[in-house]
Amino acid sequence: MSLEVVLQSIFSAAFIATVIRVSTPLILAGLGGLLSELGGVLNIALEGVMLAAAFTGVIVSGLAPQWLPGAPAWLYAGLGALAGVSVGMAMGWLIAFCHLELKTDLILTGLAMNILAAGGTVFVLFALTGDKGSTASLASARLPAVQLPFVNHVSFIGTLLNGANGAGYHIMSYMALLLVLAIWLFLYHMPAGAHLRATGEAADAAQSAGIDIRQVRYRALVASSFCAALGGLYLSMGYLSLFQANMTAGRGFIALAVVYLGNRNPAGVLLAALIFGAASALGAQVGTLAIPPQLVEMIPPVVTIAALILYSIRRRARRAAAARGFQEQAAAGWSADAARITDAALDGDPQSTAPGTSPSKSGIVEGTNKIQKGR
Amino acid sequence: MPARVAMQQISKIYPNGVVANHKVDFAVEKGEIHALVGENGAGKSTLMKLLYGLEQPTHGAIFLEGRRVEIANPQRAIHLGIGMVHQNFMLAPSFTIAENVVLGNEPRKGRLVDHKRAIAITAALSAKFGLQVDPTARIEATPVGMRQRAEILKTLFRGADLLILDEPTAVLTPQETDELFWAVRNLVDQGKTVIFITHKLGEVKEIADRVTVMRHGEVAGRVATREVTEADLARMMVGRAVLLSSYARPAVRGKVVAAVHNLGCIDETGRPVLRNVTFAVHAGEILGVAGVEGNGQSELVEVMAGLRAVATGEIRINGKAVQGASVREMRANGVAHIPEDRLANGVALDASIAENLVVDRYHRPPFTRYGVLWPRSVRQHATALMQQFDIRGAGPGASLRSLSGGNQQKVVAAREFSAAPVLLIAAQPTRGVDIGATEFVHGQLLAKRNAGAAVLLVSADLSEVLRLADRIVVMVKGEIAGILENGPQLTEETLGVYMLGRNRPTP
Repeated sequence: MSLEVVLQSIFSAAFIATVIRVSTPLILAGLGGLLSELGGVLNIALEGVMLAAAFTGVIVSGLAPQWLPGAPAWLYAGLGALAGVSVGMAMGWLIAFCHLELKTDLILTGLAMNILAAGGTVFVLFALTGDKGSTASLASARLPAVQLPFVNHVSFIGTLLNGANGAGYHIMSYMALLLVLAIWLFLYHMPAGAHLRATGEAADAAQSAGIDIRQVRYRALVASSFCAALGGLYLSMGYLSLFQANMTAGRGFIALAVVYLGNRNPAGVLLAALIFGAASALGAQVGTLAIPPQLVEMIPPVVTIAALILYSIRRRARRAAAARGFQEQAAAGWSADAARITDAALDGDPQSTAPGTSPSKSGIVEGTNKIQKGR
Repeated sequence: MPARVAMQQISKIYPNGVVANHKVDFAVEKGEIHALVGENGAGKSTLMKLLYGLEQPTHGAIFLEGRRVEIANPQRAIHLGIGMVHQNFMLAPSFTIAENVVLGNEPRKGRLVDHKRAIAITAALSAKFGLQVDPTARIEATPVGMRQRAEILKTLFRGADLLILDEPTAVLTPQETDELFWAVRNLVDQGKTVIFITHKLGEVKEIADRVTVMRHGEVAGRVATREVTEADLARMMVGRAVLLSSYARPAVRGKVVAAVHNLGCIDETGRPVLRNVTFAVHAGEILGVAGVEGNGQSELVEVMAGLRAVATGEIRINGKAVQGASVREMRANGVAHIPEDRLANGVALDASIAENLVVDRYHRPPFTRYGVLWPRSVRQHATALMQQFDIRGAGPGASLRSLSGGNQQKVVAAREFSAAPVLLIAAQPTRGVDIGATEFVHGQLLAKRNAGAAVLLVSADLSEVLRLADRIVVMVKGEIAGILENGPQLTEETLGVYMLGRNRPTP
């Protein structure tokens, strides 16, 4: 395939659809990372939680027909999803328990959980199927896609809104978007969200305000793992319909980068996840060229590193600019002001240079005006 | 009428055997401003922790308006109408003032926070009690005075009618202190009761109706403030007469030892913390650095000690450019540094006294010879310094953790004063130090100056700077607002005007 074809395929609705497909697990896990980070208990185990949930979903939905023969297919998928989410949340709770009650180190606990998930899934996989690589032998269920009606016959829009095959996006893709909105609403407009942010930012202040910060952190880690579990389920019950050993392939860690690149807010997480998704999708497209696959596989991590470097350079540039401005401002304005203050001080009239020294009524009035303007 | 608060025969013994309070009787009448004074470690903070439910008394009873109460936790204290304004503010920096005031108790509209009502509540409280704040301003963008008012509003919002203010003026300029006092009187006029913890005796005379003085965990006296003088209070605090006068100041200024030119510095978040700082410290002079805390003094000290990188400008020690030098290079050039937070940055708590006393010189003879450490020299050195500086501990090998706080401080002082510095940087050298030890540190600083060293004394305590310094640099927002010649005509008020600086955000 020529470069031209690759370029063509990038600037198409199908490519955007691919980006959304690839970004979905990053958005979900990134939101999970966000909730834990804002609560001051960063969940390093996103990767492990995704993997465990992906595995549990496949196994339960694959074995459910033996336990409940004759039930409708959606029930098997639903049971799988429920089990996957439960396992993920249980892992989140376990991290919280170890960290908050037993005082283990949060990072080490998270890492242990990741290793447990990587090894544990393969162990159970082998015990159940005799295969160490994947569940290809198990007929597991998929979670459904949601097809939007009436748009498929419009060429560009149809592909954009329902994907390249017209079947619609996976339910987890919609879930991801919905969660971005819900978490935004939660964080900035609900009391519990304010408590979460206060706990992460100033635990002492939160505690002195009567907030049970331990409970907040439990919830943050469980909710964080809930989101990551959804991301994991998407991988094994949507993106693919089987479980492969280590199928998360570092997405949980990229999700952590997404949290910071997204400036620690839900909209930023969405945007950052889409950027990484685009990089991965690009890698897939370029993969059709005669380029060594190792190089192609490097694209997403290279984009990750480049994005972080860019972010850091921009921040440093802002800092340098601020410092320059500071110096120039000082050189220009300081001497005149200093003279004024000195004169006043020598006149023995500190009031004239100290606005607001005597608590005046006018200050309060000003404050009130400001509030009314704010409305 | 029963007292608003009566604490009777209160004792607090910590599990490690430290007796923080011993049979303390403490009573506050409704509607009064009651000062609680004492040296560090006198037990006043412990007493207030018991009242606020942060700790439980070992013996004794607490009565509120004649009713006996158990205060199990701060939530209970808040419920009983007790509010505490901590010295280090309990505020979330990225939240607005209104959000901080209502935190944990947000007004709701359905399931959502009613932001508008939060602002209205804050504005109403602010107007009622004359505590000016901008409810929509983020805490991180407001000056310290406003943060403190926000903190007070927070306790008022929770229904407090007894306010405990823990050393509220430590971070304020004299002018901001006046504003605070005005607000405190206003609170009392509206029926509130205020407990005012401080160790500045002038403030006690100015604001309080009555004062309880604590010493060594016991009550040393309870008096009406108009009946006593500051000297009386100081005597009650220390247990003996204290000289509160200033020291004689011979003018023998030598050559320039340290010259700082056009120094600029940026902190981790990109905020400029030092800008165009230029000054010189001469041999045989104490240069005081005054300013409200957080205006670049800490950063200046760190830069001078080699702990922080500079962005622009240069530092010369005896003519040699040293900016960017490591801490060891700085020390090799004759810089000694008594850090601000001595327990965090000045000592290793699990190392021995002897080890702590050689950390800046262990690599030199006689401690290290032929690349090998000589323990005997280290021990002898420690024994000598312990004697000279009256460090009381089990011996040179005892861990620093086993020493009392005052003796830990002395270890730092002994090491730095004995380093034979050409430039001695002393950052808040008497913070957390009692009056007796303060006299000792002051004497040492003056001795170093008289011996021809240059001393850079950074202190938030204006009276300390005025008492010791030959010249005073005032810092505002990382800049030098003025360099003043010290003398009898220079007052705290004048310094305060400089400390407010220009472009000060109107409260």
